Amino acid sequence: MSILGAKHPEFAAWEAEICAGVQGGGPFAVHGGGTRRIGLCEGASLSAADATWDYDPGALTLTVAAGVPVEVIDKMLVTERQRIAFEVPDLRGLLGRDGISTIGGIVATNASGPRRVGVGACRDFCLGVGFVDGRGRAIKNGGRVMKNVTGLDLVKLMAGSHGTLGLLTEISLKVQPVPEMAATLIIEGLSEPEAVAAMSAALGTPFDVTGAAHLPAGVGVAARTLIRLEGFESSVAYRMGALQTALAAFGDSAVDWDSVTNDETWSAIRDVARFHGTDGDVWRVSVKPSDAPALVAAVQPEDVLYDWGGGRLWLLTQAGMDVRTKMGAGHATLIRASDGTKRRLGVFHPENAVVAKLSGGLRRKFDPDQKFNRGMMG
Amino acid sequence: MDMPTPNAAVLARKPELVTRLRAVLPASAVIDAPEEVRAYECDALTAYKCAPLVAVLPRSTKEVSDVMRICHDMGVPVVPRGAGTSLAGGALPTADAVILGVARLREVIEIDYPNRFVRVQSGMTNLSVTGAVEGDGFFYAPDPSSQLACAIAGNIAMNSGGAHCLKYGVTTNNLLGVTMVMADGEIVEIGGAYSDAAGLDLLGLICGSEGQLGVVTEATLRILPKPEGARPVLMGFDSNEVAGACVADIIRAGLNPVAIEFMDRPIIRATEAFAKAGYPDCEALLIIEVEGSAQEMTDQLARIIEIAKRHDPVEIRESQSAEEAARIWLGRKSAFGAMGQMGDYICLDGTIPVGELPTVLRRIGELSEQYGHMVGNVFHAGDGNMHPLILFNANEAGQLESAEALGAEILKLCVDVGGCLTGEHGVGVEKRDLMTHQFTADDLDTQMAVKDVFDPTWILNPSKVFPLAVSDLRRTQA
Repeated sequence: MSILGAKHPEFAAWEAEICAGVQGGGPFAVHGGGTRRIGLCEGASLSAADATWDYDPGALTLTVAAGVPVEVIDKMLVTERQRIAFEVPDLRGLLGRDGISTIGGIVATNASGPRRVGVGACRDFCLGVGFVDGRGRAIKNGGRVMKNVTGLDLVKLMAGSHGTLGLLTEISLKVQPVPEMAATLIIEGLSEPEAVAAMSAALGTPFDVTGAAHLPAGVGVAARTLIRLEGFESSVAYRMGALQTALAAFGDSAVDWDSVTNDETWSAIRDVARFHGTDGDVWRVSVKPSDAPALVAAVQPEDVLYDWGGGRLWLLTQAGMDVRTKMGAGHATLIRASDGTKRRLGVFHPENAVVAKLSGGLRRKFDPDQKFNRGMMG
Repeated sequence: MDMPTPNAAVLARKPELVTRLRAVLPASAVIDAPEEVRAYECDALTAYKCAPLVAVLPRSTKEVSDVMRICHDMGVPVVPRGAGTSLAGGALPTADAVILGVARLREVIEIDYPNRFVRVQSGMTNLSVTGAVEGDGFFYAPDPSSQLACAIAGNIAMNSGGAHCLKYGVTTNNLLGVTMVMADGEIVEIGGAYSDAAGLDLLGLICGSEGQLGVVTEATLRILPKPEGARPVLMGFDSNEVAGACVADIIRAGLNPVAIEFMDRPIIRATEAFAKAGYPDCEALLIIEVEGSAQEMTDQLARIIEIAKRHDPVEIRESQSAEEAARIWLGRKSAFGAMGQMGDYICLDGTIPVGELPTVLRRIGELSEQYGHMVGNVFHAGDGNMHPLILFNANEAGQLESAEALGAEILKLCVDVGGCLTGEHGVGVEKRDLMTHQFTADDLDTQMAVKDVFDPTWILNPSKVFPLAVSDLRRTQA
């Protein structure tokens, strides 16, 4: 029995219906709101229920049907001064999509924003999942408690599996209290290697940095390196002063204390607003931060955004270019390109032979007849 | 607790096995004399013992791979072992198994401060990882209470937590990559010094897999800058309910303490008799620790105390110095020793939703009377991870069995209120037979299907985690 199904008969009934449908049908294109799909696949539309949840603010936990829109969750959490911690990116502007993001889509793509560098990724906040596998069985893993090592951790496996292992039906999340304030330290005019060094220095302080991004210079705009702190006002004030001292070697810094502009700045980084309305392909790259400037120099992209202290790069490149040929350790996902380019280069980074064997083996076990998102991840 | 009958064919081939292992390992790394393999007969769950067929202590990934190839080829079960501190019997051998200890894999491979990671061999102890970087102001966050002895390999196998994981997360949140030897000896690299998986999150699957999927020989771990300071406050309450409500209010207020530890009256009395920390005689004690600069800690503690005062505490004791801080922690840190002096004990590890704390503590009290075993509760209250300690006398017939029966009742209670069997110790053999209380047959089948992919012939730690009746077909027919 699913976590929600135990208390909500309508959810249990929906789940039973989906199980029967999966047993008798397929292939299916599993999706949430269709706002962030990057892989290619075909099949009958299959999505999760959207109106059931159990919220326990005192325990900082929320169990929610996978089809519930993120904006519904955000509204519910804000009444208790809580939020989703990992800062959900809204990729509609980047990908030119309409639609409403669902929590299932977020978890299925392990989508995390700038705060990931300080607090962890989407998968780190997932406490439990329910899903329907390719044999039409309702499976539960994890639960709604913060610490749980009972059995194998399929929660992490399902997070980021892009609907290829099953249809997520429910998710238990750890949520976070909204801090009293946020402020951003800004250094202008750093080169990309200097900016990564500055962000590494900031992340190496004990001041709990929750955002470290670098926006290279644009037409008439100087390069900006941004470091965010959050928390109680007196604490942020103290830490910001100490951080400015710690980063003094990188030049003068300013501080944005305004809540509205802080929101705007970090939403724009989260949603890669810099690339909205552009042409060209978009790559999302995970690398060791100190490797990032050299990779960017080798790729020579049209534009770049450094997030996670340089550990995540968003690259805007000419259509059809293969960023992976320039890379060492790390991985690159082709987020935006023509279907032809996606087929030629692959959306997901090629896996080493053993990992590919394991991943393929897992997909065959979870979905023996390849009913879900066939071909999406290999 | 049942274990499968040892495979007679494997037992009969011991001489051949030893010869083959000696051909790939130094002489001192293959232990086969019956009196010597007894050193590996149990882990920290000492109620169960069984000497292994052979123990091996390889020094490199290559040697681990050679051992796995031989055992795979001969169909010999392998029980991986970190430092042997498992409280769940995760490293308990069977008579037909090779114990594969990683104790000689102790090298620091790389330290990278700008990118905030270390790469180490998996036999390093948890505390020695912090030891390697603390001189430069960094630390490795997961801090299980066995951290002086326990190995990173075991931490990864059990997804270990600790008192400070309320803020810093558990092992899975701090693990970036592994080198792992598969059941057939193949070596695989998963993850690395960068964030998140390229494809399926195999790293998340491996962490906490209790030696079922492979043997981790190297790990890339996230390190963090050390906080400027840490300071605890102690507060006493005259009921568990009130202390539980206070915990919920503190969490909800967004105060983000690094630790919230809870002790109930039996534990308070036991530790007072043992360590004389000067705790107030009350029903429930909380120790709450905050981190930051001196001023930040003062501010945070003031907010915490303001919340606590709404719950009529019988006492609040703030630490003003390192000595006072140590005194506050003294009783908590001696809790297991104090109970150990009173008798043998079983340490449980269920997790519950924080709001269920009062109900569960009341019910544990009733069960304790019913079974006639004293139960003390000391646990990580911030995340609902309970550690009920059940006292018994191992020398008296039937006492272990009745203490275990009480433990099973308590763990089922944790599941029934929406929690789980184990928060940080793992299933091992200890909670293996309770898995069907938390999971359906389909849930367990799916988990076992993962093992089928990684270890098709089920030679890695085959009698753990999954109830024997549930895994029987796979173990015997693989």
